[in-house]
Amino acid sequence: MINVTHLRYEVLRTFRNHLFLGLTIGLPLVLFYAVTSANMNHHVDGVSFPLYFMTAMAAYGAMYAVVGPGGRTAADRACGWTRQLRITPLQVRTALLSKAVAAYLLAVPTLIVIGAAGASLGVRLSPTAWAETAGLLLVGLAPIAVMGILVGYLMKVEVAPLAIGGPVVLLALLGGEFGPLFSSGVGLNIVKLLPSYWLAQAGKVAVGGGAWPAEAWVVVAVWTLAMAALAVVAYRRDTQPL
Amino acid sequence: MNNLDEHRPGVVATALTKSYGPVEAVRGIDLVIAPGETVAILGPNGAGKTTTLDMVLGLTRPDRGRVTVFGVPPASAVRSGWVGGMLQTGTPLDRLTVRELVTLMASYYPRPLSVDDVLRTTGCADLARRFTNRLSGGQVQRVRFAAALVGDPDLLVFDEPTAGIDVEGRHDFWDAMRGIAAQGKTVVFATHYLEEADAFADRVVLMTRGRIVADGPATEIKARVGVRTIRATLPGADVARLSALPGVMNAERRGDAVTLSCSDADAALRSLHSMFSGMRDIEVRGSSLEEAFLELTAEQRSEADREQNLTVEIAR
Repeated sequence: MINVTHLRYEVLRTFRNHLFLGLTIGLPLVLFYAVTSANMNHHVDGVSFPLYFMTAMAAYGAMYAVVGPGGRTAADRACGWTRQLRITPLQVRTALLSKAVAAYLLAVPTLIVIGAAGASLGVRLSPTAWAETAGLLLVGLAPIAVMGILVGYLMKVEVAPLAIGGPVVLLALLGGEFGPLFSSGVGLNIVKLLPSYWLAQAGKVAVGGGAWPAEAWVVVAVWTLAMAALAVVAYRRDTQPL
Repeated sequence: MNNLDEHRPGVVATALTKSYGPVEAVRGIDLVIAPGETVAILGPNGAGKTTTLDMVLGLTRPDRGRVTVFGVPPASAVRSGWVGGMLQTGTPLDRLTVRELVTLMASYYPRPLSVDDVLRTTGCADLARRFTNRLSGGQVQRVRFAAALVGDPDLLVFDEPTAGIDVEGRHDFWDAMRGIAAQGKTVVFATHYLEEADAFADRVVLMTRGRIVADGPATEIKARVGVRTIRATLPGADVARLSALPGVMNAERRGDAVTLSCSDADAALRSLHSMFSGMRDIEVRGSSLEEAFLELTAEQRSEADREQNLTVEIAR
């Protein structure tokens, strides 16, 4: 069961943080226009540069969006709010589900804005391909959203922004969101184990008309489960000290 | 209390014990709080007040003993929306206005009060549009109070609700609190302000070093100590002679004013009247809760010291 008021304020509080809009929409938008306009006719990794970089920047911005609500748990813990919630009838699973739903709601504006930016620079996809790209991005963001909750319960508020921003940038860099690092070899086999690689591939897959290979689904599922298991441990450690 | 059987107990704690590593925070306390009672848990820092309240709220699991709230485990009472409160540490959630925060709290409870009514009764109506990070210390406590009340819980627990706020803020807080207690709520609050316990609680539970050392109405606790003070104007009196009077434990003199601490004030007064005809401005006062507090906690301290010495001797 979702508590609609809780969800509404979760989203509202995130939007009131101006840095959030800058990181999730402003930065990827500027990067997309600056880099794509200089590489309009190039191809990368078998697809047109605008399509690849649109998908990559949508993934990059959306990764920041989905870690937000979970990561803010660090601040909620610091001000005593998570303890306060534990003496209200709100169930922990409802609170966590609200964070997950909020994470996805917050990713939607990024996908729409960067998608529109892509269209403005000539990205043309069939309605099905648009839907498929967006759908794969949303699926691939799941482990990142859960990572936000993990960091939120694990880290102190002073270091949480770094503990969130660092892994997001690193995952984006290795996954090819700023351009593919490897085209073959051991390096490619390693980065294929990252969910961010498959996020960057979402546009390419859509153009090819196919879905992710089984490997992609396995990577995303394993990451999601691993992050969730660690988040449960971090949550227990936070609520039952000693 | 519409959903609660009125014969049900409020809070029942039995042999409650909790240690943090080597520190025994709560050392086996028994406590029964009836529905509708307002109880102050009074004690110095480290007495175990917060740990006790955390166990009542289900935030901390006792090592031994058990606690029930309205006949059920604390977690069930919390889930049913019967419990509300203000924890010791806590600032309101940021990036929300006061009204939004109170609305959010209301959404968690099955039968909340009207947000507007609660904002009014807690003196937060003027703050409704203010963001929670733009409040003074006293305003923060009022907002947290509103947030605790809006769910209309039957048991309200406040852990040092007025710590760190000014006299006026404390006055406002307790004014609002009086109205709540009058509605038949069960209220438990921890404090180290003796005058608050004295003025607002039906009953005072005095804790020190993880144990309850006194439990009863504030007047009874004060009477238990039994010391009374006589003040009077008595020109030219001799302190040594005053100290020797029956029932007098100690005498002090400043100018013409004398102060006598008495174990038997009646006997002391009779002898004073017969010996000093010039005595005037007589004032007899029961001991303050503060004096009772110091005396009762001091007994416990020396007892603890003896225990410690004994342990040392045995160790040798």
